[in-house]
Amino acid sequence: MSRVRAKLIAVTALAAACFTYPLLSLFDRPTLVLGLPLVWAYLFAVWAVLVVAVAVLSRRGD
Amino acid sequence: MVPAWVVVVVSLAYLGLLFGIAHRGDQRAAAGRSLIASGGVYALSLAVYATSWTYYGSVGRAATRGLEFLTIYLGPALAMGCSAIVLQKLIRVSKRYRITSLSDFAAARYGNSRLLGGLVALIAVVGTVPYIALQLKAVSSTFRLVSGGAVSTTDVPAYADTALYVALVLALFAILFGTAHLDATERHEGVVAAIAFESVVKLVAFLAAGLYVTFGLFGGLTDLFEAAAATPALATAVAIDGYGNWFWLIVLSAFAVLLLPRQFQIAVVENVDERHVRTASWLFPLYLLVINIFVLPIALAGLLTLGPAVSPDTYVLALQQHSALALLVFVGGLSAATGMVIVETIALSTMVSNSLVMPLLLRRPRWGGPGLADRGDLGRLVLRIRRVTILVVLLLGFGFFRITGDALGLVDMGLVSFAAVAQFAPALLGGLWWKGATRNGALAGLTAGIVLWAYTLLMPELARTGWVPESIVRDGPFGVALLRPQELFGLTGMGAVGAGVFWSLLVNVALFVGVSLAGRRTPAEAGNAALFVDIDRRTPGPGTRFYRGSVPVARLRDLLARFVGAEAAAALVTEHTARRGVPLPDEALADPELVRQVETALTGAVGPAAARALVASVADEEPLGMAEVVELVGEAQHLRELDRLKDEFVATVTHELRTPLTAIRAFTEILRDNPDLPTEERARYLEIMATETERLTRMVNQVLDLARLESGQASWQVTDVDLRSVVEEAASATAQLFTDKEVALDVEVDGPGPLAHVDRDGVMQVLLNLLSNAVKVTPPSGRVRVAVRADDGTARIDVSDDGPGVPPSDRELIFDRFRRGAAGGTGLGLAISRRIVEQFGGTLHVSDCGGDGRGATFTVGLPVPARRR
Repeated sequence: MSRVRAKLIAVTALAAACFTYPLLSLFDRPTLVLGLPLVWAYLFAVWAVLVVAVAVLSRRGD
Repeated sequence: MVPAWVVVVVSLAYLGLLFGIAHRGDQRAAAGRSLIASGGVYALSLAVYATSWTYYGSVGRAATRGLEFLTIYLGPALAMGCSAIVLQKLIRVSKRYRITSLSDFAAARYGNSRLLGGLVALIAVVGTVPYIALQLKAVSSTFRLVSGGAVSTTDVPAYADTALYVALVLALFAILFGTAHLDATERHEGVVAAIAFESVVKLVAFLAAGLYVTFGLFGGLTDLFEAAAATPALATAVAIDGYGNWFWLIVLSAFAVLLLPRQFQIAVVENVDERHVRTASWLFPLYLLVINIFVLPIALAGLLTLGPAVSPDTYVLALQQHSALALLVFVGGLSAATGMVIVETIALSTMVSNSLVMPLLLRRPRWGGPGLADRGDLGRLVLRIRRVTILVVLLLGFGFFRITGDALGLVDMGLVSFAAVAQFAPALLGGLWWKGATRNGALAGLTAGIVLWAYTLLMPELARTGWVPESIVRDGPFGVALLRPQELFGLTGMGAVGAGVFWSLLVNVALFVGVSLAGRRTPAEAGNAALFVDIDRRTPGPGTRFYRGSVPVARLRDLLARFVGAEAAAALVTEHTARRGVPLPDEALADPELVRQVETALTGAVGPAAARALVASVADEEPLGMAEVVELVGEAQHLRELDRLKDEFVATVTHELRTPLTAIRAFTEILRDNPDLPTEERARYLEIMATETERLTRMVNQVLDLARLESGQASWQVTDVDLRSVVEEAASATAQLFTDKEVALDVEVDGPGPLAHVDRDGVMQVLLNLLSNAVKVTPPSGRVRVAVRADDGTARIDVSDDGPGVPPSDRELIFDRFRRGAAGGTGLGLAISRRIVEQFGGTLHVSDCGGDGRGATFTVGLPVPARRR
């Protein structure tokens, strides 16, 4: 298994943990942050970080 | 609202555009200038994942169940994150073994099992038809909404329903571009181009809808969210409705993004280049992220401004107040629905023809026998089967939607489909990593999983339509509450879908593993398992087959010709003959490699199960025994490793040859371009060129030497050789080098001069190499010592220098090819020297000189003549 693949798996596993209970429940509160619902903004933020991380890693795999 | 005729004209124009794009895509593919050969297009075509469910249903789901709609996109984002591992392996296996559908994949992995392939195809059809029905329903109801009619279509006769005509146009599209010819790879570039275009349309339209709602109807995202926060009734829309469901929906969608028939078709079968997966691994999740941003805002806006009479599934369209925008949004929804329907029906048609119809037809012996000759072109038969399948699937979908009417929800029925294909995961993905998985295990798991799926997930859905008495779902069969489908055995707390997915996958995995462990594999199963699991380590060598039989070339060729045409079949045989180098008359028996190639080509056309049956019927084949299969597979791996070593060697040699060549070329160009260079400079350049040319020659000779040594073709004359004379000759041959650098050379020979049982020239070559290395690393006015001694059965020659020495960690490495030491040079000398002495049963190694880290001693150990031992 190449290092890039191992990193991709690690990043994905971390994102999976952030997307599910119990970590997710920490953010499930009825509050607005910068005018945005906290849990909604949290999910999209983690998602965006995942996309960027996978993009960077898979480009490095060349 | 928009007049109905305008909607019809725009829709037809849009569909016409799709035909145009697909036609162009096919033309470009035929001309060899593919429209779709980029990672971006691949990622966009993968977005066929986003259907009406995403486009209309997500908003409906958000309005009723909060953020749960997002799980359906988080799963794919995670699955794509490790697509470099999972998806890539699926693609590799499928490409190498010409697999063109999910059911073929299952059949091929488990010893070409017709039963398993048929079961997968059947589940795919049953699980997908309702899903297709929902796409048609979405088109039908939004058409009525945008043109100002009532949303419900129950009072419209079937022939007047827009969905019928959309279904027929889509069937035409799928038939024209999906079954134009029987292609060994089943790739349809025109379709993919059209799908990628549809993905752009639906994204743009949905973003337009979202932007209008957020910034047109409200003062931006924060304004909208604050308005929602001020309405306590909307609190559930921005919260998570139960973590049990949440988790299982992520699992479900992660499987679905690989295992839905349309996703497998686009991601695996239509993949042009494996490297596109890398781009898609982030671009496709990004697409899903972007298309989901406005789902919650639209749902909140709908809840805030529209009354309870409006179905949340239509909010996207119902909120549009400008008719042009409403039309755009409608077209976006049309693109989401049509894309799904087109790819899904093409994928299903391959499965049905390869795994259900063909294997059944081929059961009749006359099909495979010589009597089939008069039944000329079977390829056309296959295509006809596929075309009929497409039409039937679409009409089934339309019928299902007409019968169920308004009872089914977009998302609910979609989830039931997802759960059906998730049952493939243990057998397909598990079988890709676990060699021990057996056909019986896969069959048992799949069957049990799908039965539980039907009970816990499908039945409650059907109960809504009244096909199943609702009391069964409410009170359990015969009033046994413990058997209530949605709370089986009293399990609650993870939501109805979560519980159904949990039970079906649990039993599926348990039986898959249990039955596999308890049973035995057939040799063919074991062979295919190894070829699939170790795809990166094993290539089937020429003629790797797990069956034995004999068939004349002509008969094999005729069989293939019936499916791919006489020309293509003849071409395959001719190419094989050319590669083999020996003419192959028609009546001669086909060699195993030719049989393998024909079977692979047939697999591309009719699937592995049918291909196996066809070849077996003409060749009277019987399966090999387990021992033979194990040997074949092991050999495949060995060959693969040899290939890799060779590739590495060639790469390094070329690299090493390039260095002197570059220098020579550079100086030649300088001399050519500057005719008036000073003479001394010119002489210097010529000198360098001469040196580099020499180095090049030496390197080529050494590579040849090494090749000869490694292939065992070097010829040696082993005699009793007086080492004193060899050492002295080598010393005088290199004397000039020592004088030039002012290095002293001491030669000490023990006694009268030991004899060794070796080839004289070989030892000479080794000594010359060691001496020239030694003089290179020794500083001026240093000293090199050569000592010859003999003790108990071995004659030793030590060559010690005053150079920097060799660090202990490098003492074995310097004997590798192209490992250059301090001496510079080609890096091959020591590798060759060691191989030469090993030919005579000798040794060559390096040690410290005196242990102070300065200088090194190379010791050659050589065998002495037998009588002296």
